[in-house]
Amino acid sequence: MKIGLLLHELHRDENDLAHELLRVSERHQADHEVHYVARDLARWSQQHVRDLSAAGERFGARLDPEPVDELKTAERLRDKAGELVGRRSHAALLLLRDLREVYIKASGVSVDWEMLGQAAQGLKDTELLETVQRCHPDSLRQIRWANGKLKESSTQILVS
Amino acid sequence: MTHRDRIAEPWGTRTPYGPGEPWPVRVDTYLAPGITAGQVDRWVPTASILHSNGDAMEIAVKDGRMAGVRGLARDRVNRGRLGPKDLFGWQANASPDRLTRPLVREGGRLVECDWDTAMDRVVARTRELLQTQGPSAIGFYTTGQLFAEEYYTLGVIAHGGIGTNHVDGNTRLCTATAAAALKESFACDGQPGSYADIDHAEVIALFGHNMAETQSVLWMRVLDRLAGPRPPTVICVDPRMTPVARAAAVHLAPRPGTNVALMNGLLHEVIGNGWIDREYIDRHVVGFEELSERVKEYPPERAEEICDVPAERIREAARLLGGARRLFSTVLQGFYQSHQATAAAVQVNNLHLVRGMLGRPGCGVLQMNGQPTAQNTRECGADGDLPGFRNWSNDEHVKDLARVWNLDPVRIPHYSPPTHAMQMIRYVEEGSIRLLWISGTNPAVSLPELRRIRSVLSQERLLLVVQDLFLTETAQLADVVLPAATWGEKTGTFTNADRTVHLSEKAVEPPGEARPDLDIFLDYARRLGLADMDGQPLVKWHDAESAFEAWKECSRGRPCDYTGITYDKLRERGGIQWPCNEEHPDGTERLYADGGFWSDPGYCESYGRDLVTGAPLEPAEYKAMNPSGKAVVKAAGYLPPHEQPSGDFPYVLTTGRTLFHFHTRAKTARAPQLQAAAPEVWVECSARDAAAGGLGEGDLVEVRTARGSVRARLRISGIRDGVLFLPFHYGYWDTGAGHEPDGAGRAANELTLTDWDPPSKQPLFKTAAAALRLVEAAGGPSPAPTGTASAPVTDGVPPTTGGPDARAEEALVPSPDETFSPAADKTPGPAPEETFSPSSSGGVR
Repeated sequence: MKIGLLLHELHRDENDLAHELLRVSERHQADHEVHYVARDLARWSQQHVRDLSAAGERFGARLDPEPVDELKTAERLRDKAGELVGRRSHAALLLLRDLREVYIKASGVSVDWEMLGQAAQGLKDTELLETVQRCHPDSLRQIRWANGKLKESSTQILVS
Repeated sequence: MTHRDRIAEPWGTRTPYGPGEPWPVRVDTYLAPGITAGQVDRWVPTASILHSNGDAMEIAVKDGRMAGVRGLARDRVNRGRLGPKDLFGWQANASPDRLTRPLVREGGRLVECDWDTAMDRVVARTRELLQTQGPSAIGFYTTGQLFAEEYYTLGVIAHGGIGTNHVDGNTRLCTATAAAALKESFACDGQPGSYADIDHAEVIALFGHNMAETQSVLWMRVLDRLAGPRPPTVICVDPRMTPVARAAAVHLAPRPGTNVALMNGLLHEVIGNGWIDREYIDRHVVGFEELSERVKEYPPERAEEICDVPAERIREAARLLGGARRLFSTVLQGFYQSHQATAAAVQVNNLHLVRGMLGRPGCGVLQMNGQPTAQNTRECGADGDLPGFRNWSNDEHVKDLARVWNLDPVRIPHYSPPTHAMQMIRYVEEGSIRLLWISGTNPAVSLPELRRIRSVLSQERLLLVVQDLFLTETAQLADVVLPAATWGEKTGTFTNADRTVHLSEKAVEPPGEARPDLDIFLDYARRLGLADMDGQPLVKWHDAESAFEAWKECSRGRPCDYTGITYDKLRERGGIQWPCNEEHPDGTERLYADGGFWSDPGYCESYGRDLVTGAPLEPAEYKAMNPSGKAVVKAAGYLPPHEQPSGDFPYVLTTGRTLFHFHTRAKTARAPQLQAAAPEVWVECSARDAAAGGLGEGDLVEVRTARGSVRARLRISGIRDGVLFLPFHYGYWDTGAGHEPDGAGRAANELTLTDWDPPSKQPLFKTAAAALRLVEAAGGPSPAPTGTASAPVTDGVPPTTGGPDARAEEALVPSPDETFSPAADKTPGPAPEETFSPSSSGGVR
């Protein structure tokens, strides 16, 4: 059974997405909605990491239940630059790039959940299916958030 | 006839009445000293502009000057009553420091000039920016205190003429969540209920709504019910011991920022105990299963843990909410300006939907407004919505608007949601908005994190245009200042929180060269040469009444249909509730009778947003969720506030208003009785926190957050432990520094954080983490008012009174039925022929 492999990959990608969202939050402190909402959304991925760890045990996958947390000091310092350049217009382009990255990473995660859901149905594993049904909508909302912010910001950033 | 000190007794004499009876008349009058009613030359009808209640009144004119006011006995809103702000606020119009000539910045200083010079400067810069960057360089930030005609004209100029998406009102700070919550639940703005529901209600629940101070005349209506036979039960949710809390049977005082958890706890009990209308839900509601699953996670014990409200108290409140046969709820800033604003306000709608408590007398919900003409900014397209509640993500609606304006649809920006105020400030900050035109509002005091706001607005690269009555803190930063006429000096209509439209007529001439806001906008459009598809002027009207006629056409067939209203009808009848059209010539008291909603995918104003992320729903998603136009129940989990108390900042700071002031005191500080009633900023804490900190009543203390500090005298009040309160009205225009602190800060917004609710974009003013320290022991009590939420809990504080100058007349009319008979309000029980059903109006589809 290859579910363990998928769980590994999803666990890694959710951690990666949480980390990305925290970085985006740090880099765009002057864009307050991005700053705060990205942190709230990172929390969802962190919870998914815990859920996946619990699910993994039943499929022989040993996954760390502890999600990535706040950024390390070095990363913070580097991203402090984001705050300092918050009044310069090229920071806005950086925002579009970062939202695009969240969109892509969350889309990857969503596809993984989709596959896991199919597998759970094949196995008639209701517990795993419940986990998928609880977590997958969060990924879809993360995608829609990135997409919505991109739509809202692109015009102003690209034409001015 | 009696005279009362209406500062000491703000709500005046009681006129008790029972359920289903008409509210008795009481006519309140205040005239300038030495003037009697017999000496008045003319009485000119209008309504209040200093809060959202819409109290109808008349201005007394004597020798071409305002000489006082009296309430209109026949009006459905107030039956002759006036609040303290109504009674005394008019005096500000005649202040000697009104702006009388335009100003432009020359060599760093504002100097007087003529209108041509000022307007040419604005028009030249507009043209230049349109050529170099395009419409994205221009933003308009307006108020909640102009008239419908003015908002509509501004909306046409901005959206249709210039083509910018950057238009918002300061209603963003007070009412954006009301609109958002209504759009989430009913897919359309507009209050379902009526003020007259107070006459019928069995339980009245006020969620974060200090009605006694924000809408004092409406509170008189509640007090009169409480004093009458078979009084209603009041439930209050508020962390402060407000007058509402004192009158309540159950007072829930949650930790700030936890409203969603509290509401989920209440819904847990209501749904868990089966106190629901299953048939109503099945026929008229989508999303119930998700809600009932979600609230299972919030038994009262869990809500207690999060909110610090005893579980038993939550159960008690839920029993009352669940058992009421006629439940009336209102919501205001305690929810709107707090964390998870829209999610919390939506849960109040949910409560009414699962209980089937809508569209019948006594069964209503009002997502209240904070500003007098907030509803008009939303209807007319001046606050980031399209006019007539058109849906920006429905191409057919944009096409229809383009037809009304005779434009190519591509000229109306609708590629994304309109830009909200906080985002406009961000665009100014990063330099992509280069011209910001602010009308009738004072962001240098009213927006969060003032140091940031001052630095953004004073940037060299920005042309800041400010249109106002006085040289406000914001106007002092402007490059062009345009002197505006105000209430009583110009004509127009405005609509209160229960959809009642009033006509406000010109009573006196504006001072000097000050001009009505409408004339200023019309002048701008003319000078810019804005044209429609046929090369004709885009703005085809020339005065208030012709602007109103144009707005009526724009509203035709939409939920806020004004086509049955004329200026003459308003003169004759007083307030009329929209929709008012051929089918409903007398207006419409309650919306959504029998579950007839305006949420059909083709007709609705909004497809809604995600309650956590704020991302708009795509049309296809909405259609899949709600194909047949039902009400939408949306569940929400609790998220912790973004700024939490910690070691350095152990308190939660909330801000709010007092009964005696409005907005940033531009007018109320210039009315002697109001200014004397609340002359200075103060800070409140609980008796336990004061004792722990070794602080006493009246001590000079400093409140500090990560963003700044404010000094104020301490009032030990009935606020919950761990929470501090500051009134937000106080700025710097009446201090030596002018527009910024000179030493210690005074404006509450020095301290608030830049964060907003993602679905409604309303800034959060109630969840900053703060520290408190003693600066100097008391020299006397704090200047805070004593009869309001800031009532002292310690002895020795003299009561706030107004003295002889604050005595107003009250005339009780013993037999109200002879005085008025408004068709809409006379029936005590359900009256189907008077209620509104969209399916019979031709409004839907």
